[in-house]
Amino acid sequence: MADLTTEFLGIKSPNPFWLASAPPTDKEYNVRRAFEAGWGGVVWKTLGSEGPPVVNVNGPRYGAIWGADRRLLGLNNIELITDRPLQTNLEEITRVKKDYPDRAVIVSIMVPCEEQAWKDILPQVEATGADGIELNFGCPHGMAERGMGSAVGQVPEYIQMVTEWCKKYYSKPVIVKLTPNITDIRHPARAANAGNADAVSLINTINSITSVDLDSMAPEPTIGGKGTHGGYCGPAVKPIALNMVAEIARDAQTRGMPISAIGGVTTWRDAAEFMAMGAGNVQVCTAAMTYGFNVVKEMISGLSTWMDEKGYTSTQDFIGMAVPNVTDWQYLDLNFVTKAKISQDDCIKCGRCFAACEDTSHQAIAMSEDRVFTVKDDECVACNLCVNVCPVEGCITMKEVPAGQLDERTGEVVSGDYANWTTHPNNPSATAAE
Amino acid sequence: MATSHQASGIQAARLDAAGIAENFSDLHPAYDAHEAAVAADRCYFCYDAPCMTACPTSIDIPQFIREIQAGHAESAAKTILEQNILGGMCARVCPTETLCEEACVRETAEGKPVEIGRLQRYATDTLMEKGEHPFTRAAATGKKIAVVGAGPAGLAAAHRLAMLGHDVVVYDAKPKAGGLNEFGIAAYKSTNDFAAREVDWLLQIGGITMDYGKKLGADLSLDGLTSGYDAVFLSIGLAGVNALRAPGEDKDGVRDAVAFIAELRQADDLTALPVGRNVVVIGGGMTAVDAAVQSKLLGAENVTIAYRRSRDDMGASRFEQDLAASKGVKLMFNVMPKAVYGNGAAAEIELEYTDVTDGKVAGTGETVRLAADQVFKAIGQTLEGQPDALALEGRKIKVSGTGRTSVTGVWAGGDCASGGEDLTVTAVAEGRDAAMDIHSSLMG
Repeated sequence: MADLTTEFLGIKSPNPFWLASAPPTDKEYNVRRAFEAGWGGVVWKTLGSEGPPVVNVNGPRYGAIWGADRRLLGLNNIELITDRPLQTNLEEITRVKKDYPDRAVIVSIMVPCEEQAWKDILPQVEATGADGIELNFGCPHGMAERGMGSAVGQVPEYIQMVTEWCKKYYSKPVIVKLTPNITDIRHPARAANAGNADAVSLINTINSITSVDLDSMAPEPTIGGKGTHGGYCGPAVKPIALNMVAEIARDAQTRGMPISAIGGVTTWRDAAEFMAMGAGNVQVCTAAMTYGFNVVKEMISGLSTWMDEKGYTSTQDFIGMAVPNVTDWQYLDLNFVTKAKISQDDCIKCGRCFAACEDTSHQAIAMSEDRVFTVKDDECVACNLCVNVCPVEGCITMKEVPAGQLDERTGEVVSGDYANWTTHPNNPSATAAE
Repeated sequence: MATSHQASGIQAARLDAAGIAENFSDLHPAYDAHEAAVAADRCYFCYDAPCMTACPTSIDIPQFIREIQAGHAESAAKTILEQNILGGMCARVCPTETLCEEACVRETAEGKPVEIGRLQRYATDTLMEKGEHPFTRAAATGKKIAVVGAGPAGLAAAHRLAMLGHDVVVYDAKPKAGGLNEFGIAAYKSTNDFAAREVDWLLQIGGITMDYGKKLGADLSLDGLTSGYDAVFLSIGLAGVNALRAPGEDKDGVRDAVAFIAELRQADDLTALPVGRNVVVIGGGMTAVDAAVQSKLLGAENVTIAYRRSRDDMGASRFEQDLAASKGVKLMFNVMPKAVYGNGAAAEIELEYTDVTDGKVAGTGETVRLAADQVFKAIGQTLEGQPDALALEGRKIKVSGTGRTSVTGVWAGGDCASGGEDLTVTAVAEGRDAAMDIHSSLMG
């Protein structure tokens, strides 16, 4: 069994699976259950300033979209930060950390953008013995209306400023949690870096309305006939998170900055992908909220099995391995030619590839009277849509046309040389490849 | 106290009411909404879908399944019923395993097709439970059409003709409509009097007059019909039953399977229906399976289907064969009846093993005797009582692709007519297509 022990910002945890700051980590009772189930760490649900706690709505807090058999694909919430007294949370954090010294306990914090507010809370958090803090600059609903959460995360200057305060009044690692509700994730990440953050975590939830009730004509979740935008998470957001993690991992200014990845991690594979894309660990919420804390067991065994198969002995062995292969479109090899190939042995003759190609792509699939589907190499642009819509995994594959062979579509012999858009004759700003 | 399995002879009350109720419950229980959503989600929405090609009534199956997926079972029902007005019954009795579901690409992929029949039932049941009839009649044409036989073909033709604005009179020799849906077909495929409820629902279109107790050749003549109506559609089914042609066929306890099934279907109390202790059914089609399985469900101790050819030649599908086997019916292949023995009443049947050479069945001389206090003949039905004026093809009324007979103004469809398999769904298609042809020939 591969060793899943992970060290992130010097914080050791028995595995890279942390529970994200959210309802599952709202109180001692849940966190103890999580640790008993095997979670490597938790980010405690966001604490606010001393004083009367925030209140939540008393109607539905969550909305969802589903796939087949009501498999939950996306979850949206309008819940605010913890609605329990600060002292209660601090006492519980202290007790839990004392009882589980081998697990990571990070405290999420969201207080107003005033230095005094941070100066007040940070020593109290430090006194709990927790391993670090995470700054919640991400929640896009409710708290943002009060100038916190994503309202801070959308202004890089504020991120840097608050991060600097935290580094000033707190001695342990500071993780800045980023909102995806921005146009370019690199800017808030650079700001966190400039403020000397120890790491960034991302993504927080995406602004969303899950559906509209067509009888009451109100957005879901509906509270007294009205609804508001909430934060979207779950398997549906993973591709967005993966790209944002990659952007930070390969940006010249933030490259090498530790990343804790969040966004739709449901199985070990999702975690492995995020870590290959540069994350030092992952945080999970929706999978736990959907299936309970025991989902971590599959994540642990799955990641370990895969590492054994690949010969990795430590998570360090594969973290960031996919980052060098993320590039800009302009550098993709235009001389790399593939064609779709349909395996007649595997084909079940549903014709979805034909409908997709004929109606919406390049008319590159032929259909015979007896439902045999074949690719027309002289029309196929290798778009991959047929592969994506085929219900049989592995039935349609993209086969490379090797250098020296004719591409029947272009009528040209495939070149073995790498060539990209920057030097392409159609590019008005092409630099001559001399 | 019910009579036991072991009680000899043909006896009622082998099972108590609870046992009967359990045995004759729905073969394929209806889906609830979530089950339907999950089943519908398995459909791949194939291009030029093979299931649709395999359906004799060409229902747009991917379309109706997608309508279920999107939460509109009633729209799905309309898509079905536009092509097949008896879509509710076909959902229950179609041998889907040899039609749409056999063609389903998921059958190819994983041996588990989309359950098209059950989805069709979900859609049509949802609509019918609302008591709605989704079709309306076109403006009256003033034309009158006679339909003889109120089975699936006749009902489908009558409905389509009424929809097109014609007035229709449907005659039937029996006191009730439905044909084999009502009098044939195993009870567990049409529970809660579904056949009769479907007829009532179908007649909501209006413009159809039902006239029962009228038999062609006795109460009605073809000349009378052709002179009294603008067109005639014959859907008289196959009223004759083939004989065993074996000594002892006249003994008590030897009877036609179709008569037994009809009696069973019309019985108010199945515990009062007598059945043998040792039942042997001769034949290999759906009727043989329906008679055998229902005998077993009534409480017969031993039930055997004896078929003269091999398993692969059997008319009943593999699904039906497995159903029979799962209920405890023994299937014997390559055996034919040689004689029935007994003192007045049947007690034993002697079967002779067969060889099939070039499609011809011949006895090998080796025989076997089975205890048999009841013997059901299910060796095929034949055309009977058809008007002499009509040309035949083989042993059926000769018709064109749209049901035209050799007599001008007379169409025919369903089991009595040539072409197509003897299935409810085929009969519906033939009735519908003949109606369209009658319409175009009358309206020019």
